[in-house]
Amino acid sequence: MSKILAPNTAAPEFKLYVTADQSLSLSELKGKPVIIAFYPADWSPVCGDQMALLNAVLPEFRKFKAELLGISVDSVWSHDAFAKDRNLHFPLLADFEPKGKIAKQYGAYREHEGCCERALFVIDKNGIITWSYLSPVAENPGADGILEALEALPQ
Amino acid sequence: MLKVPVSSDDHIQGNTNAPITLVEYGDYECPYCGMAYPIVKQIQKHFGERLRFVFRNFPIPESHPHAGIAAMTAEFAATKDQFWQMHDLLYENQDNLELSALIDYATSLNLSGKELQTAIENETFVKKIEDDFMGGVRSGVNGTPSFFINGQRFNHSFEYENILAAITNASA
Repeated sequence: MSKILAPNTAAPEFKLYVTADQSLSLSELKGKPVIIAFYPADWSPVCGDQMALLNAVLPEFRKFKAELLGISVDSVWSHDAFAKDRNLHFPLLADFEPKGKIAKQYGAYREHEGCCERALFVIDKNGIITWSYLSPVAENPGADGILEALEALPQ
Repeated sequence: MLKVPVSSDDHIQGNTNAPITLVEYGDYECPYCGMAYPIVKQIQKHFGERLRFVFRNFPIPESHPHAGIAAMTAEFAATKDQFWQMHDLLYENQDNLELSALIDYATSLNLSGKELQTAIENETFVKKIEDDFMGGVRSGVNGTPSFFINGQRFNHSFEYENILAAITNASA
């Protein structure tokens, strides 16, 4: 398993495509807590459940003014189809070219399989990682850890 | 760990003072919950008076578009003391959870379809269902069905033998 970035580390900056002509950078979200969910792939059954669950908990995340981002190595076109199929209401970012570049910086890349780990990060409004969790790849880590991490942020 | 203790706000089936409590977080449209439904019945039969079963809502409407209204229908039936009758009807008719069907199920239990429709339109039970859902999230529920045995998360697949063994261990 990878060694993911630990709390009290500055979250590496990134700028990734969300759609074919729209990109999003972490620094654009400064001032708000950010939740990053790295996941192995669109369409694989466990991811589907994980993303569906995170999607359902979105209203609760918003109470903390937190932004949720999903990141995998899939392309924007795959993300688009996946998000539409599952009615996801948060951005999926494509760590597609160079493949896995951002996941590697977070220690959340599986070299052998060429996909992201299933790893969660909570980043505070100043861009510092306050909580991170690496889940067994086949296991949906739920959302309780994220909520506890958001609660622990100074208001 | 179950973060929200079982209380009188819960739907409880069986002996209220039973030493074993089995809690399920479920979604009426989830096919896996449908598969677990007869297994839970078998478990209840096996343990009899020694077990109480609690059902809590964990609908994921973006995946299961009828899960929300089905949960509301069961909560509506609960206000008329017919929760478990409706719970069973919904799981036995999982492939038809359209509003018109839900009204038929209500009527078959001598409940007012009109009253049900009003309750759905007024979102009367939305908060109760959301509270169940968030309590589940806090307890680490990551999908459905999720079971807790005496407050401890049951982490294996929900075959009869697995649940039976876990309960037997927990109550030993």
